[in-house]
Amino acid sequence: MTSQLTQRLLPLVGPLVFFATWWVAVAAHLVNPVLMPSPVDTVIHMAAALATGTLGGDLAVTFLRTSIAFLVAAIVGVPLGTALGASAPLYRSVEFLIDFFRSTPSSALIPLFMLIFGLSDANKIAIAAFAALLLVVFNSAYGVMNARKTRILAAKVMGATPWQIFREVLLKESLSQTFVGLRTGVSMALVIVIVAEMFIGAESGLGHRIIDAQQVLNVKDMYAAILVTGALGYLLNVGFLVIETRFIHWSGK
Amino acid sequence: MEQLVAQTGPAVEAAHIEVRRLSKSFSGSPLYTDFDVDFPRGKIVSIFGPNGCGKSTLMNMIAGITPIDSGDIRIGGKTVKESRIGYVFQQYREAMFPWLRAWDNIAWPLRIAKVPEAEVKARVDSIVASFEIRFDLHRYPYELSGGQQQTVCIMRALVTRPEVLFLDEPFSALDYEMTLFIREKLQDIQMRTGTTMVIVSHDLEDAVFLADKVLLLTRRPTRIAEYLPFPLGRPRTAESMEDPLYLQTRSHALAVFKREAWA
Repeated sequence: MTSQLTQRLLPLVGPLVFFATWWVAVAAHLVNPVLMPSPVDTVIHMAAALATGTLGGDLAVTFLRTSIAFLVAAIVGVPLGTALGASAPLYRSVEFLIDFFRSTPSSALIPLFMLIFGLSDANKIAIAAFAALLLVVFNSAYGVMNARKTRILAAKVMGATPWQIFREVLLKESLSQTFVGLRTGVSMALVIVIVAEMFIGAESGLGHRIIDAQQVLNVKDMYAAILVTGALGYLLNVGFLVIETRFIHWSGK
Repeated sequence: MEQLVAQTGPAVEAAHIEVRRLSKSFSGSPLYTDFDVDFPRGKIVSIFGPNGCGKSTLMNMIAGITPIDSGDIRIGGKTVKESRIGYVFQQYREAMFPWLRAWDNIAWPLRIAKVPEAEVKARVDSIVASFEIRFDLHRYPYELSGGQQQTVCIMRALVTRPEVLFLDEPFSALDYEMTLFIREKLQDIQMRTGTTMVIVSHDLEDAVFLADKVLLLTRRPTRIAEYLPFPLGRPRTAESMEDPLYLQTRSHALAVFKREAWA
């Protein structure tokens, strides 16, 4: 019983130690209070900013941009990836391109996207969608390509047509890898949206708020926005994991 | 021993599968060259031979899984594409669809053939009844034991009422108890439905026990070492393994195997 409770509480140890260290560092004047407010002040400020609405508004805008970018990446990327994966010659012919752009930090392409889309909202969404798209395509394609040969043979020997094999076996089989792509894709979309909000003339969003607060040394607001951004990224990831274990119940078994 | 010596000439039984002038080589080295063999209708034939002689390859070529270089393979006079076959894989875990419940795995070949749902249900229920299944088919494959999964695979292969059932080392990943159970079920099905069966085995005891004939192959380039009949009556039980005919056939097969494997 006690050990079970201990097990449950273990994940809380890290955050508690983190906040305690932060608090001690500030209380003992180990860091300049101008650069780092106490965690209590930060959390109070965060709650207030969320309650009065400005932080909530920025959170909503960032979430919306990330969601649109992610949806575009998923709607284009999953069919494209599975189609590429279904044909090995097709995939081999574009493999280098995908690998090259996947290895290129997407932030390096921000100026290029500024040329195309200007300083608009569409720019931030487009660059984030592009970065997420590569991850989604790559993972979906690999999910299909790495489908168990035995399973495909089994379907074939039972008389399935190539289309049935694709729809009933390859697609299902690729789902768990596709979900890996979607999960890393949404995290990537968030990263790029935040960076874009910082440096591409944004008027709103968490990235914009973080850099604005930093410029005027409103550190409490900066830390609050950072915490909210982290929470958003964490919750997106957890959300996907929950959906994954729920729907791709056979994954890893 | 004389009466056990193979008849490699024309088969006495009606042939169900005819393999003629089959040739197959892998990266230039010939595995089969002008290979001829018949599989009798309604009988169980085990294929046994040294490692790398292409036991599974032979069966996979007949089942249409592995392409042939040249030759002709007929199942009841038809090509494999025109025939209804069942195939049981050694790696049941990889042959099942883990996203479907066991019951739906069994129904799968009927559903992709667009069989009406009422008939799907009737046929799956009937095969399940004939196997006297005592585990829950509402579960997913990964929730079943290895033997249960292989049993589901065999039911899935049989639900289409195939003309020929191919089994690739069906027992090699199973414990002894499950092997006995599945042996019994296969024999039962064969006696009831007269389904022709081809079993590849790397275990001599398994190969002989179920077989009406044992196809003993040589090392590559592969030829028939002997085509050994094993006419022991059915049903064969655990006691059959002490029958003189079984012991005699097995030791003869072993002698042929030793001669061929270390030739």
